[in-house]
Amino acid sequence: MSYEEVIFYFVAAVTVLGALGVVLTRNVVHSALFLILALLAVAGVFILLSAEFLAIVQILIYGGAVTILILFVMMLTRVRDMPQALDGPQRPFAALAAGAFLVLSVLAALSSDWPGETREITVVPFREMGEALFRDWAVPFEVASLVLLVALIGAIVLARGEEGE
Amino acid sequence: MDSVNRFGPELILLAMAAVIILADIGWALAGTGAERMRRPALGALALTGTAASIIWSALLIAFDEQGEAFSGMIRVDDFALFFNFLFAGTAAIVILASIDFLRRNRFVAEYYALILASTAGMMLLASTIDLIAIFVALELTGISLYILVAFMKDGRSSEAGLKYLLLGAISSAVALYGMAYLFGITGSTSLDEIGLVVSEANGETRSALVLAMVFLIAGFGFKMAIVPFQMWVPDVYEGAPTPVTAFLSVGSKAAGFAVVMRIFLTALGDGSISSDWATVFAILAAISMSLGNITALVQGNIKRMLGYSSIAQAGTFLIGLAVVAAADPQLLLGTSAVLFFLGTYAFTNLGAFIAVIAISSKIGSDQIADYAGVAKRSPLLALGLTICLLSLTGIPPTAGFIAKVYVFNAAVQADLVWLAIVGVLNSVVAAYYYLRVVLNMYTAEPASEESIQPGYYLGLAMVVAVVGLLVIGIFPSPLLEASEAAARVFG
Repeated sequence: MSYEEVIFYFVAAVTVLGALGVVLTRNVVHSALFLILALLAVAGVFILLSAEFLAIVQILIYGGAVTILILFVMMLTRVRDMPQALDGPQRPFAALAAGAFLVLSVLAALSSDWPGETREITVVPFREMGEALFRDWAVPFEVASLVLLVALIGAIVLARGEEGE
Repeated sequence: MDSVNRFGPELILLAMAAVIILADIGWALAGTGAERMRRPALGALALTGTAASIIWSALLIAFDEQGEAFSGMIRVDDFALFFNFLFAGTAAIVILASIDFLRRNRFVAEYYALILASTAGMMLLASTIDLIAIFVALELTGISLYILVAFMKDGRSSEAGLKYLLLGAISSAVALYGMAYLFGITGSTSLDEIGLVVSEANGETRSALVLAMVFLIAGFGFKMAIVPFQMWVPDVYEGAPTPVTAFLSVGSKAAGFAVVMRIFLTALGDGSISSDWATVFAILAAISMSLGNITALVQGNIKRMLGYSSIAQAGTFLIGLAVVAAADPQLLLGTSAVLFFLGTYAFTNLGAFIAVIAISSKIGSDQIADYAGVAKRSPLLALGLTICLLSLTGIPPTAGFIAKVYVFNAAVQADLVWLAIVGVLNSVVAAYYYLRVVLNMYTAEPASEESIQPGYYLGLAMVVAVVGLLVIGIFPSPLLEASEAAARVFG
């Protein structure tokens, strides 16, 4: 096993553990902290793929801004008052369904022969990345920003009261 | 410029959404003097946007400006243009029906902007040929709709919004998972290239491909509101503001079918996999029709009843998808049957919901029992609702009759006689609960003699829908030709 593989399996294990922590802890603040762990580990995968820029963005935006936003929302909405809100008697059934789903996916993934060529990992220059993002993938990129705009409008509509009319 | 030009119908909607939001700020600055004009003017702006979008699409056809745009992300063909008209028309009727409904709401501008953004997302869903663009378009449509469902902010509407958001997010994730599998198998996000690789594959990726297919059906099945992905429908349809329910039941459902046809016919159209998904769709069609209709029988609330009826109708559309892969020459027949049915369904269901808006806002109840004697209080509204319900049942001379004949005929020709029989039996069951409403309106004694007068805009929307479905019922050939032209894209 090469050292890249060792690092990969370590990072992958941390990602999975972090993700499990998000869904398994009863305390939402702990969930948010586990989310940071999972997102930072994903940044590690990006570094392994020589995509430093993506790794930095991942840490700055997901590990930093997004999780802090989540923590702020928890603080402002006092979500700690109802830690059991997302639990119910269907928990065993959900676990069963999710387990079956997992087994099925793993079986299908193992029994398929994934084609896909293996290529040498090369560092993608910023210029090429910018061209890809703003030329070839301009439509999804712009629509993604529209999604954010719509979400922003929605947040205003839902958060503001009807007073003043 | 070609790219921008072909993207015009979506672009003009988004531009108008921005204009509406900015104009609303202008009104806020202008003070209370101009307040009286604000609501009608914003509605007029939104209507202008949809009209401009329809005209732009028509011009694209007139000048033969079809083709790809933005380096192969978008393909404006007859299929995409068919849905441009369908979505922009639906949005226009929904906006007309909303003007009176929003009389006391503070966020009129945001409401119209969200409707327009959602419509643009639906159009994009029908025209993009790349998985990543499909996903962001799906989210644009979805997020706008989550907010619109919760727009009234009372208990019912908020609950509906939350349910729709949670289930919608899960279904998006499942669809994305399916897309990831497709990408893993083929190494491309372009539907054309995926189709090419899939048709050349010789079995070693088969189990992953089947799994991808199942995930995609589950993810988009939520949008199409078919059994077993229909759990959200009754609660969300009941809790959402009624114009939004109308938009959901027509626009969102049609968008689901559009993207499913685009993906399954382009990327998974190869015979080795298409026979699999055709079987899945045939089974889901039978279950959706039967379960939707039987549950609709016992509903007391008309919005819930129309919700279950829309599940059953979606099951009928699925017959067309099941036909597509049954035999090669049937490809056109099945696709064009779905498209034609979607066109007639848009008029029919919009008409039915508009009548519900008009009647329910007056009598203050969505209960079918309270619709007693509506015919005496408002003969025209009762007549309009009756025509829509007859069309949903599939009785001539309405559009629904021709659509059902078309779909069942397609099923018989593709040797799916059992499915056609299930469909016909279901139509009989459906007739019972549709006609029960009609009977209740005409024979029962009204609770009060006060007449029900729909507003001017609502009346206009109603007239458009009812006239539309009667015209299609009597002269179906223009819509038939349009659906056949759109289906030929996959031929």
